[in-house]
Amino acid sequence: MKRSIVCRCEDISEEDVIQAIDEGYTDIEELRKKLRIGMGPCQGRVCIQLVARILENKTGKKVATIPRPTVRPPLIPVSLGTLASEKNEK
Amino acid sequence: MKSKADVVIIGGGVNGCSLAYKLSKKGLNVVVVENKYLTSGATGACGAGIRQQWSTRENASLAIQSVKMFEQLSRELGQDIEFRQGGYLIAVHDEKEMNQAEKNVSMQRSLGLKVDILQPEEITDVVPILNVKGMKAIGATFCPTDGHANPFKTTFAYADAARNLGAEINTHTTVVNLKTSKKAIRAVITNKGTIETDVVVNAAGIASKVIAEMVNIKLPLTPFRKEIMATERLQPLFEAMVISFKDGIYFSQQKEGQIVGGIPIPEEKGGYKTMPTIAFLEHMAYTLTRYSPVLKHVNLLRHWTGFYDVTPDARPILGAVKEIKGFLQCNGFSGHGFMISPMVSQLLTNMIAEGKTSEVFESLTLERFKGKNIEKELSVVG
Repeated sequence: MKRSIVCRCEDISEEDVIQAIDEGYTDIEELRKKLRIGMGPCQGRVCIQLVARILENKTGKKVATIPRPTVRPPLIPVSLGTLASEKNEK
Repeated sequence: MKSKADVVIIGGGVNGCSLAYKLSKKGLNVVVVENKYLTSGATGACGAGIRQQWSTRENASLAIQSVKMFEQLSRELGQDIEFRQGGYLIAVHDEKEMNQAEKNVSMQRSLGLKVDILQPEEITDVVPILNVKGMKAIGATFCPTDGHANPFKTTFAYADAARNLGAEINTHTTVVNLKTSKKAIRAVITNKGTIETDVVVNAAGIASKVIAEMVNIKLPLTPFRKEIMATERLQPLFEAMVISFKDGIYFSQQKEGQIVGGIPIPEEKGGYKTMPTIAFLEHMAYTLTRYSPVLKHVNLLRHWTGFYDVTPDARPILGAVKEIKGFLQCNGFSGHGFMISPMVSQLLTNMIAEGKTSEVFESLTLERFKGKNIEKELSVVG
């Protein structure tokens, strides 16, 4: 079976996204919570643009008008040890 | 959008959606109105835990009955809600906490719950990555049938089941006002139209207070911003949720492998601020690696905020209010709305569809704050 990967972190394909949209998940935040797109190490850098484009094709909503998920810090993965070290030194 | 309904539910969180499902099953015509998207409030930000170990009898009994319902839920709704029972391990740090723990355990056992008091050396039998010295524990309580479920999947599954039974769920729809006459609910006015109804359920999380003010009802709710974090995925390391009332920390490993957990932010204040803080990250990372030093090598991927809608006794507000007929409350969950949602929606359904009430239900109405002796729930984390 042909699969075009949309989200590498969570292994979600274009077909998965289309299926979820057909099931009625037409909001990026809902798709994110349904499929875990944007929840992996890249935090949506790779997939969210693609998902917005698929959503445009399916629903006719323009990419520019589709609200993006909230950016949740930190922007890159940080080890718990690094974060804890600040407090350990105090 | 429908212009008439038997019941209008304001709020598309787990409680609103499970209530929509149960009322539809009883043959009622239900409309849900959600300001943003499903799970956009406290449900979507929550820590996913399902705990039965409470200090008040009402909460413990609601949670015990809810777990029985969670056990059947994937099958009933026809979708996997990822309910797993890995237990809850509650750390006990000193004599005073141990006295309270013994009291709680004996009350919980009287309700038929299996819960044990663990010796310090037994803690790592349950969660091997813990460091008993680092967490400064003199023991723990452990209930093996506590667990967690996926809040998104649970809510979506309820919503799908409700739609299949004829309920209408309107997302991105804002309630502008409530229409009343002769001290009774008549209609809900939204930005997309008016829905005539005799019954409104206020399940809007922290916005419940604002909704209630539309009909001059004051709800004693304070929004508390909570922060929570998720790490990268790891191989399965432990199954139990670990919590501490003293440190306020809670964490567990989810089905996908990430560790999710939270802790109160230093110098926490009530209010509607939503920005995540660096203070939380440092405090969480410091405490988490104190509990489990091996986790210092693990990457944190993101953290986010959500709200507890906190009542003066940390117990929910359910059911009717005296002043307005047909205006029902389903809010004030104080951080544990997800885990008791099966029973909460059941009690409200019994009341709305059949006019039945119960002792527990009556003890959770808004009226209780007018008396003087309210028993506060002590077992709150996060």
